[in-house]
Amino acid sequence: MAFLSGWQGVLGLVLVVAFFASAIFAPLFAPYDPNAMDIPARLSGPSLSHLAGTDQLGRDTLSRLLYGGRVALKIAALGVSLSMVIGLFLGMIAAFGPRWLDALLLLIFDSVRAFPTIILGLATVALTGPSLGLVLVIVIVTSIPQYARVTRTAALSLRGTEFIQAERALGASTARILGHHILPNVVGPLLILAAMDVPVVVSIEAGFSFLGLGVTPPTASWGTILNEGYLVIRDAPWMVVAAGVPLILTTLGFTFLAEALRDVFDPRMTKGR
Amino acid sequence: MLTYLIKRLGLSVAVVVTVLLVLFLLLRLIPGNPATIALGPRASPEAIQRYSEKMNLDKPVWMQFATYAGQVVTGDLGNDVFSDRKVSTIIGEQIGFSLALMAAAMGWAVALGVPLGCLAAVRPNSWLDRISAVLSVGTIAIPSFLMSIWALLIFSVNLRWLPAMGAGDPGNIPDQAVHLIMPALAVGLSWVGYLARMVRASMLEVMGEPYIRSAHAFGLKPARVIFGYALPVAILPTITLIGMGFGGLISAAVFAEIIFARPGIGKLIYDSVLARNFPIVQGAVVVATALYIGVVLMSDILVSWIDPRVRNSL
Repeated sequence: MAFLSGWQGVLGLVLVVAFFASAIFAPLFAPYDPNAMDIPARLSGPSLSHLAGTDQLGRDTLSRLLYGGRVALKIAALGVSLSMVIGLFLGMIAAFGPRWLDALLLLIFDSVRAFPTIILGLATVALTGPSLGLVLVIVIVTSIPQYARVTRTAALSLRGTEFIQAERALGASTARILGHHILPNVVGPLLILAAMDVPVVVSIEAGFSFLGLGVTPPTASWGTILNEGYLVIRDAPWMVVAAGVPLILTTLGFTFLAEALRDVFDPRMTKGR
Repeated sequence: MLTYLIKRLGLSVAVVVTVLLVLFLLLRLIPGNPATIALGPRASPEAIQRYSEKMNLDKPVWMQFATYAGQVVTGDLGNDVFSDRKVSTIIGEQIGFSLALMAAAMGWAVALGVPLGCLAAVRPNSWLDRISAVLSVGTIAIPSFLMSIWALLIFSVNLRWLPAMGAGDPGNIPDQAVHLIMPALAVGLSWVGYLARMVRASMLEVMGEPYIRSAHAFGLKPARVIFGYALPVAILPTITLIGMGFGGLISAAVFAEIIFARPGIGKLIYDSVLARNFPIVQGAVVVATALYIGVVLMSDILVSWIDPRVRNSL
């Protein structure tokens, strides 16, 4: 496959596969139960029996990180796919609907993006209390505008082209034009955007859980492990080090993969680099 | 230029009002009486009655919004539930710390990132170009809160070079500056790589333009061509990017303030959320949003002032 020609694409694919595999098969890989406490072994450093050490309750950090990957995967899969579908829909409405609706949607997109994500999160958690569902809603709300904008731009530029006009002259309905002609043309850019969006979503979840706005203890998430490590940073520095590694690897993996995909789908982008 | 300014300003005001409205409705639409939520489940009926009258909760929602919007416009953000001090005063005390942090972070990122991007573009594939490429990929991959935590671990816990907490003694400028170093480093680092990459890409594009070749052909010094003719054009997308990324900068600053236990608007919102102190949450979020919109507006105006083509596109 063409996108595997560079080392970045290969590395990206390997890291992304590792992200999926470690999350899905976490129960097989994890050496311990993520919530099993072992008080005598609390805050013990990295060793052969605990590769990434233990936390203040003696729980194995590596096992907790593996299980934390499942939270990240769940949020990433649900958040990215739902916001992509909704964004696609709204973007098409903006491009093919009446002009006032287009202007209104653009205003809403810009207003939503105006909110710094963390402040939106803090404002809503004040009302609802922390939960993973809240993180998911915030991820979707803040991600929709970019998918919608990309769809809208692509649909608008296609709307005036000859093959769409010909289709319209043949009597095709707007629904048919959107579904059969616009959709295939925006799927590529949207998938690249989705790959770029996964690290953002994963770090939003980790950041929110770190602040205690997302996943609540004892559930393991990369953010809650970071928070537990932050509280004992002087006694158990390995926790914040270990909890950061999967975040960075996931980001690198999806970024490399997205760039490799973009080079294949849109060779013009590579010219300048 | 004037028409562009008016249109752009109108759009910004519309966005601020929309955000205000959404926030207001969000606070009203949640189940339960806002007075009970603000005062807690064990508040006496009289206290709830007093609070409802004070906050106009007995009036229709649209009237509440009109009153609230009117108060916001005149700079009145209500009073703190606990101390009864003015919310605007409390925010005023804190916002300086946040602005100092964001300015310091952005300042060093621009001072390092823009020249790095320029030099990388002038000498593609040199060691400097490679360093900037590694730096940009490496730093973009690390979320800002992780950067803050790791900076804390390295510079405070292990090396003991920098203080871990707070913003320094009031009035003691050198002490405050020392306390600013680590948060500013952590918040700005991902911007260095980002800016370098952005500036490099647009510089490469501009350096290939015929007018740059002409400038070279006229025998101008390379430094003059780069900084006098290429950079002012190549910097435009970067200015827009800084404006758009300001929301991310606010988010990073919020995390840094919480991690380094540093006063500021992010710490204020976080503490108020935990204390369920709604007037402060509402007021601080409105101020943060207005700040964001203001910066985006400024960057747009700056770009349209430098580049006449943008003015006619709205």
